[in-house]
Amino acid sequence: MTGNLVEIRNLRVEATTDSGRRLEIIKGVSLDIAEGEIVALIGESGSGKTTIALTLMGYTRQGCKITGGEVRVGGVDMVGLSETERAGIRGTTVAYVPQSAAAAFNPAITIMDQVVEVAQIHKLMPAAQARAKAISLFRALSLPEPEAIGDRYPHQVSGGQLQRLAAAMALIGQPKIVIFDEPTTALDVTTQVEVLRAFKTVTRQHNIAGIYVSHDLAVVAQIADRIVVLKDGEIRETGTTSEILEHARHPYTQELLAAFRPKAQERVPEIETTANLPLLMVDQLTVGYGSRLRNGEPLVSAVQSVSLRLDRGRNLGVIGESGCGKSTLARAIAGILPAHAGGITFNGRELGKAGRSRTRNELRQIQIVFQHADTALNPAKSVEDILGRPLTFYHGTRGKARDARISELLDLVRLPKSVRQRRPGELSGGQKQRVNFARALAAEPTLILCDEITSALDTVVAAAVIELLKELQRELGLSYIFISHDLSVVEAICDEIIVMYRGQKVEEITPVRSKVPEHPYTRLLFSSVPKLDPTWLDGLQQDPEQVRTYCHH
Amino acid sequence: MTTSTSSGRRGIRLGYRANLVGISALGVILLWVVVALFAPHMIPHSVGEIVDTDYFGPVSRDLWLGSDYLGRDIFSRILMGARYTLGISLAAVSIACFSGVALGMTAAVAGGWLDTMLSRFLDALNSIPSKLFGLVVVAAVGSSIPALIATLSVIYTPGAYRFARALAVNVNTMDFMVVARIRGEKLPYLIASEILPNILGPVLADLGLRFVFVVLLLSGLSFLGLGVQPPYADWGALVRENIGGLPFAAPAVLFPSLAIASLTISVNLLIDNLPRRIRDRSPE
Repeated sequence: MTGNLVEIRNLRVEATTDSGRRLEIIKGVSLDIAEGEIVALIGESGSGKTTIALTLMGYTRQGCKITGGEVRVGGVDMVGLSETERAGIRGTTVAYVPQSAAAAFNPAITIMDQVVEVAQIHKLMPAAQARAKAISLFRALSLPEPEAIGDRYPHQVSGGQLQRLAAAMALIGQPKIVIFDEPTTALDVTTQVEVLRAFKTVTRQHNIAGIYVSHDLAVVAQIADRIVVLKDGEIRETGTTSEILEHARHPYTQELLAAFRPKAQERVPEIETTANLPLLMVDQLTVGYGSRLRNGEPLVSAVQSVSLRLDRGRNLGVIGESGCGKSTLARAIAGILPAHAGGITFNGRELGKAGRSRTRNELRQIQIVFQHADTALNPAKSVEDILGRPLTFYHGTRGKARDARISELLDLVRLPKSVRQRRPGELSGGQKQRVNFARALAAEPTLILCDEITSALDTVVAAAVIELLKELQRELGLSYIFISHDLSVVEAICDEIIVMYRGQKVEEITPVRSKVPEHPYTRLLFSSVPKLDPTWLDGLQQDPEQVRTYCHH
Repeated sequence: MTTSTSSGRRGIRLGYRANLVGISALGVILLWVVVALFAPHMIPHSVGEIVDTDYFGPVSRDLWLGSDYLGRDIFSRILMGARYTLGISLAAVSIACFSGVALGMTAAVAGGWLDTMLSRFLDALNSIPSKLFGLVVVAAVGSSIPALIATLSVIYTPGAYRFARALAVNVNTMDFMVVARIRGEKLPYLIASEILPNILGPVLADLGLRFVFVVLLLSGLSFLGLGVQPPYADWGALVRENIGGLPFAAPAVLFPSLAIASLTISVNLLIDNLPRRIRDRSPE
């Protein structure tokens, strides 16, 4: 009997595919977690990190089965227990914080009732005491109005708050270990800092062990004592956080780390001639939603008088938190959402505000690539059909020529020919995003609007996609407008950056100058990006006044 | 387990996997289609001919499924009835679902006033009781098979429309629809190529269900004398006209009911168990 809280020995998990084939997704993993220790599982999607974390509760997702090994939590083997016995342990010994708290809360029940539910199910304490405990947890997680926030419904609090409330729900049963399943992935950087800080304080105070699942090494560096690097269902490397960050041995870990190092812009600045017409000029663009008011203004205006200029072959970044209007700006440029006022000039010609008032050739030249390749690709069509349609539609390419061009496009985005017949559901996240991008390339555009195209991807895959974009730019002479909340992505590829806040352009910077931003919001945004340094979070000094002004939790 | 693995392997080679239930359901449907096509050559007795001296006669060597309330051969009547039940119901349900689904998708994609007008108009149509509507139409133009098919299609179009529109509205909000629109695609492409493949499964399931309703309504109309005219009868009418034999456990009630059940259940089983394309194509 060693002193470890969790002992996973030689764990094997198998999944069964729809043709009856069995696939080993976890191939003999062994792992220890001591009391009060936070261990991070890091790896790309499909590496089995969530699957391993879930086995701590004796749970596997549908179609999966634990086929070997043992998972001891506090000396009890979760694999051998009956479902009823496991239910007794879940919530009291092991608790779970999901990736999307918004999906985990029932929208029809108040937050307090859901948070104290665990205590009621396990009959841990009387209702009044559970409420008091919940309020003390809200306070510990630095939630605003801890006494009153429990009376609200899930849609009445922000995403960052909801994520902390999900943690309160997990902690109320006084678990020995909490599973954090990518809890900050869906949050803005400025919010992420708050949530991470709250998690760190609470786990430290109550001496709770944790297993932190993430693909973001910088986030993990702030919170974990040890890091376990996974790939293809096997442990590649284990070590303390500083060991992994400073002396990574395994090539995959080094690749992960390399994806974080800022890459210098290797572009040679072109000699600008003033006679050159800008590719895109956006002048005082105002875009909004809802019915028009009496004064002609839209009910909710998402973008207010934003102007920008983009030269041929150059890239523009647009950054800001979610809801700042950056995606709306892209949609207005593409003609999806007609702008309410202002002008868009492309190649010296004024474009119609709505897509249907533009010519087919104008539509072809501006392509937009969406964030979620899952919804941007028709799940019922094969990759071949998806890429073939713009070829036929814009260029009238058919038959053999079309087949050849599809192959060329797949080559361009580094996809194997074997994906041609597959449907989007049969591709990985990175592959889907490449198909999504290849479809835009099929139109042979001059400008591509990239709306958060890397935020759904793992760091390593995202870095590869960015590299690909740079290469294609060199080969095809494209221009990009890059919309993102991730500064490192934008800095890696853009010549100029626009910072947006609440629908307005607050600052225009160039990456060279980006180290000394002037606007307080830009400064807050830049300082919130996690660094690979484990002491970064503890040493981070942000002006509380600014945080209060700009983070609407 | 061994049979399922071996059929699984066979399925992989074809790229599709059909299960036993689906195949047997298809078998039953095909059997009825063959019967419907060749019924005039298969019947042992004429449909209107009284061949038994007794009514509600039992199963015998000469009358395989007994006789009806007038002493006519039930077996022959069922074989001939297959033509009406299968033909009228299939035609009506196909027309109803085709027009309903096409209109539903159009309304979802076009939106605006077209959506509002179509929806309100079909809602109004939906509010008319189906039997009453049938009565009025048949009273106005007389009972004929084309009139029956048209009436039944009109009655079941609003339901199919509502169903397809609800599904299409969900698909319409997806990013790939935005991409297609901003590519400059026109309405026919949007509905046929982007939306339809995504709603086909539920639409087919709905078609199966609606088919059963049509069979039942058709038998109801026949009972009121508005459906297929005597001496011919569809299966529903056979059940209705022989309902008096129920206390005597007459085969004349039992077998038409079994025929209806076998067809409607098979249609639904087939739709629920259509061959599925196997996504995992890697070799074992």
